[in-house]
Amino acid sequence: MADLKQQIIAQLSLKDLKPEDIGDDQPLFVEGLGLDSIDALELIVLLQQVYKIKLANAEEGQHVFRSVRTMAQYIMEHQPGTAS
Amino acid sequence: MYIQAAAGISPQPSFERLLTAPAVYTGNRLSCVEPDYNQLIDPKMIRRMSRIIKMGVAAAMDCLKTASVDMPGAIVTGTAYGCLADTETFLGKMIENDEELLTPTAFIQSTHNTVGAQIALLLKCHNYNNTFVHRGASFESALLDAITLLGEQQVSTVLVGGIDELTATGYTLLSRFGLYKQDVTDSTSLYNRHTRGTIAGEGAAFFLLADQPAGNDYAQLNGISAFYKPGSLAEIEKHIRDLLSAHAVDIDDIDMVITGDNGNIKEDRVYEQLRSSVFRNTPNARFKHLCGEYPTAASFALWLAANMIKEQLVPSCVRAAPADVKPRRILIYNHYQYTYHALYLLSVC
Amino acid sequence: MRSPVFIAGAGIISAIGNDIAGNLAALESEAAGMGEMQFLRSVHRHKLPVAEVKMNNAALAERAGMSADIGRAALLSAVAAKEALRNAAIDNLSTWRTGFISANTIGGMDKTEDFFKDFLHHPHQGRLRNLVHHECGAVTELVADQLGIKNYISTISTACSSSANAIFFAARLIRQGMLDIVVAGGTDALTRFTLNGFNTLMIVDQQFCQPFDENRRGLNLGEGAGYIVLVSEKVARTLLHQPVCTLSGYCNANDAYHQTASSPDGTGSYLAMKGALEQSGLRPGDIDYINLHGTGTNNNDIAEGTAIKMLFEGYYPPMSSTKSFTGHTLGASGGIEAVFAMLSIQHGLIYPNLRLETPMKELPFMPEKQFRKGVPVRHVLSNSFGFGGNCSSLIFSKI
Repeated sequence: MADLKQQIIAQLSLKDLKPEDIGDDQPLFVEGLGLDSIDALELIVLLQQVYKIKLANAEEGQHVFRSVRTMAQYIMEHQPGTAS
Repeated sequence: MYIQAAAGISPQPSFERLLTAPAVYTGNRLSCVEPDYNQLIDPKMIRRMSRIIKMGVAAAMDCLKTASVDMPGAIVTGTAYGCLADTETFLGKMIENDEELLTPTAFIQSTHNTVGAQIALLLKCHNYNNTFVHRGASFESALLDAITLLGEQQVSTVLVGGIDELTATGYTLLSRFGLYKQDVTDSTSLYNRHTRGTIAGEGAAFFLLADQPAGNDYAQLNGISAFYKPGSLAEIEKHIRDLLSAHAVDIDDIDMVITGDNGNIKEDRVYEQLRSSVFRNTPNARFKHLCGEYPTAASFALWLAANMIKEQLVPSCVRAAPADVKPRRILIYNHYQYTYHALYLLSVC
Repeated sequence: MRSPVFIAGAGIISAIGNDIAGNLAALESEAAGMGEMQFLRSVHRHKLPVAEVKMNNAALAERAGMSADIGRAALLSAVAAKEALRNAAIDNLSTWRTGFISANTIGGMDKTEDFFKDFLHHPHQGRLRNLVHHECGAVTELVADQLGIKNYISTISTACSSSANAIFFAARLIRQGMLDIVVAGGTDALTRFTLNGFNTLMIVDQQFCQPFDENRRGLNLGEGAGYIVLVSEKVARTLLHQPVCTLSGYCNANDAYHQTASSPDGTGSYLAMKGALEQSGLRPGDIDYINLHGTGTNNNDIAEGTAIKMLFEGYYPPMSSTKSFTGHTLGASGGIEAVFAMLSIQHGLIYPNLRLETPMKELPFMPEKQFRKGVPVRHVLSNSFGFGGNCSSLIFSKI
């Protein structure tokens, strides 16, 4: 999950944050890290680019991107060639 | 109309002290001296902002702070090139990735109204918001919008700004068009080369205009005149006389004329001709050795003139000849590539 | 209002027609302009339908009397602006102070895309001729020179509300006595830049768009140009044909919510519509037709619909999104829809909102499904909302 945090920080230009600043279960949006709909779209491309996972629509992202843990779980379950 | 406050980000660092220690540049490219943005913009919003957005938003915030105004009646910006860095990023990735795997951030910030929109967002300002993108007349268009808005008396203040950035790519491309001097040694010698080409510049300057005096205004902006592709010197002289007479001002009442000389022998010719005709007896100041040439450079001249009137002094670095002038009336004449011409008339409050 | 501003004529080119007559015929026969792209070259060709003008650059250039080497937005602009001036039929145009205020969002981006491909290979590569008209202002300048308009020219770019703001600004310059005549509106051509940009936002519909439908999926991008000729009272008195309508109200407000998304309750849209009504001295019940911004995105339609609900409760006039015909033409949309507003008043027309199947469950009203003519239309409200929270509404009133 530390790798994933680093990727999130890079993709979203969260320059002031270090991976350890993001809690595994901390909400990423609104009240948590304060991300918004544009960040969700950026994360969709991150999944596609790094993990070859394609989300069908932006709404699905709402659940997947709830926290770093939900994101990691989703990646584990959907990554091509990875046993789940 | 009154200039309640003026603020800018430019290649000059000494804004507070009115150019007492001007930066001198070698080479043909001047870049903005950027402030600590965290003092002027909510750090949470800075994250996505590219350089031009930060420059524009910071200058706007500084201007409002100086004027002690929280909420302007309208926000109007002018930019010829818009957000070049974001445009280049998205365009480059689109071509390299063959239209796949693209992210939205650069695209949404590449729209020309981003600076005006981000200012509104930061202020939660629901008022009138407009952006002009008309090459060398972008800033003058924005000013005309502001002036006519105040003229309708539906708003009492307008925040108006001129912004253009020069990216590395933009500089490379404009160099290929032959815009810049190859022989310049340092920016102070800009006017002495008598060769083709100028030096590249950029900047963001914002003004809070009001229809009523606030008591501590920088200056009065009596009027502006913008014209396109004049046919002759006589036509330019007529525009100058018309603006002056519309405000019942004689050329002898002007304490200082600021001209937009940029070191390009071809483009400076008209300023030379005016210095031996209409401006024959008027002290002259020049500014493009301080900010470089760019389509909205007249906004730097307006910033300079407003400050000169407020401080009642002419910085030595802008004077063509030594003169002890306490400027009460200033006329600015600038043109961009001899296509877009503008005149500004200012006076002490 | 100090003095009224009259609409003396109009010109248009869009995916549904190359002039006013062509557009009117397509509106009446309910023929949408979307389809698989014929002129735009993109990897999304078979996936994303677009609403292209049905002429290639060479044909447009011939009609515009300009070089086919310049960008498509300028060619579209020249064709529509020339029709607008012909349509207004003003005698001795050169004796009046005339302006050209045109909006666009992409400038010469179609040519820049070609240039940049070579430039990325090597900074010395790429034909500079393809870059020379890159700026938005260059598009306006090219067309102004072609029209012979010199007294005042300017360009506005506030995303999808751009040309509504151009019309707004033009009206103010006339009212304050600075100009007598202004050709105002906007133009935009389809480019890979905008198509991919909107696609990253996941708001481009892979089918034909369904604005204000419960099951809407997004927008289709379109292209075109639309201009109206605004004139002062003094000019109006000299006209051969009596002007059809005035621009009676206009307002520009900012949503100040998010760079791209509209606020859920449509604050900006509400303020723009309300301000335009106040300016015109009309009440919601006076409006006979609303030309919706209606892009077909989930976000726009619910925000705009909510704002209309707040403002028009009990007085819902007929309304529709003509973007279901033309696609979303971005910087041109306010101009194109201003032309539709004028034609609605002139001919008593209500345009249908195509492909509307299931009304939105949040809204107590539903847009028009059928083309109607012979309807007395006195006042039309036209909405244009865009990125950056820029919201503008215009009201046109019958004379």
